[in-house]
Amino acid sequence: MRQAVRAAGVALLALVAWQALVTLADLPRFILPGPAAVFSTLWVSRELIAGHALVTAIEVLAGLGLGAALGFVSAILLAVSPLARSLLRPMLVFSQAVPVFALAPILTLWLGYGLWSKVVMALLIIYFPVTSAFFDALMRTPQGWLELARVMGATPARVMLRIRVPAAMPGFASGLRLAAVYAPIGAIIGEWVGASQGLGYLMLLANGRAKIDLMFAALIVLAVLTLLLHAAVDTACRRLWDD
Amino acid sequence: MNAAPSLRLAGRARIDGTAVFGPVALDVPGGRWTCLLGPSGVGKSTLLRLLAGLGDEVAFEGEIAAGDGAPLDGRMALMAQSDLLMPWLDIGANVALGARLRGEAHPHDRARAVLTRVGLADHLGKRPNTLSGGQRQRVALARTLMEDRAIVLLDEPFSALDARSRARMQDLAAELLAGRTVLHVTHDTAEAARMGHQVLLMTRDGIASASPPDAAPPRPYDAPETLAFQGQLLRRLMEAQ
Repeated sequence: MRQAVRAAGVALLALVAWQALVTLADLPRFILPGPAAVFSTLWVSRELIAGHALVTAIEVLAGLGLGAALGFVSAILLAVSPLARSLLRPMLVFSQAVPVFALAPILTLWLGYGLWSKVVMALLIIYFPVTSAFFDALMRTPQGWLELARVMGATPARVMLRIRVPAAMPGFASGLRLAAVYAPIGAIIGEWVGASQGLGYLMLLANGRAKIDLMFAALIVLAVLTLLLHAAVDTACRRLWDD
Repeated sequence: MNAAPSLRLAGRARIDGTAVFGPVALDVPGGRWTCLLGPSGVGKSTLLRLLAGLGDEVAFEGEIAAGDGAPLDGRMALMAQSDLLMPWLDIGANVALGARLRGEAHPHDRARAVLTRVGLADHLGKRPNTLSGGQRQRVALARTLMEDRAIVLLDEPFSALDARSRARMQDLAAELLAGRTVLHVTHDTAEAARMGHQVLLMTRDGIASASPPDAAPPRPYDAPETLAFQGQLLRRLMEAQ
């Protein structure tokens, strides 16, 4: 509760500072519109913005779901098999050396202007943090549990399923929390490079037509969506793995 | 549970070329409680880990065998200093961990019965983090009992408990593990004096036997004979190098 009050206070302060800057510096509307102008545009264009926001939200959720699932499976494969580790790990690190941003045009070329190029962008951007957070946690199972399981006559597969995976879920959760913030970045980059829908597309369009108030309105909606997604993922992780 | 066999370990152990313990001979009689007492760092835990089949990092030269000649695999249960409860499982599932890990059907009725014997039947559906340290160690004891193995290896299982919980756990464990071959590693002279049918002292010189009082374990913690034996054990530890 106190945290919410504090957050509201900070937001209010930022809005006042924003308005003061616009008023005092006498900035024209096409350079930096004030918060009043932005929120009025947000209200007037709510249907337009909501339509684009829905597209972006679908891309982000699909990318997050697929990336998390792929990261989950990859981390287990890496943990189970030394062969997979020696083959996949250098590839994982190399994939991080390539800026995902640079891949966006190629993905658009391969997958087209539709949903999938953005979903794959979001997926690529979250795959590494999810995989590495979960993999590290899988490799840090407390020794005592593993030894107890051995004396009990457990098979490696059951040790993985019953002990190592559940013990590593807090690590997976921290990967997911990062992913919730990164996934929208991937989707927006995808939309900038080539799209006909989505908040990124709308922002680019508004910018090109000097409708800076609309661009800011879309940006605010994007930020709110990201915060909501992060809060939802965080709450779900806390509920499930109370860490 | 079949008849509890005796255990024998004789040999020497090294880790990365450094000797952990020299040539020693450990004989654990079947169906009795043996305490292996010694200072920290003397290799007691390594010895217990070797018996449990866990010492992958240890280079061991010698023999490890059961008195009946049958292999040890699948005939041992282990209880460690840490309770090793899984925080994501409730108490009932923790007690039945062995069955879960071997892919057997969940033995609900037995889990309940065993928890009743350690006085925790009401806690069946609770998570470990809602229990006290003493209760958690009782759950660990219940999990050990669930395995129903002829040989039970105890690695300082009560050393993290306060004095009162420890004395109660000792009584409970002595009652519930009676008739099994128990090897109990401890550095607590009072515990060894109470618990062992046989008490062995492990020092740098090797393993030597002490003569416990005639009373059957668990001996009263305040009986003069128990206290005198405890003093004698401590003296021998102090005099060893």
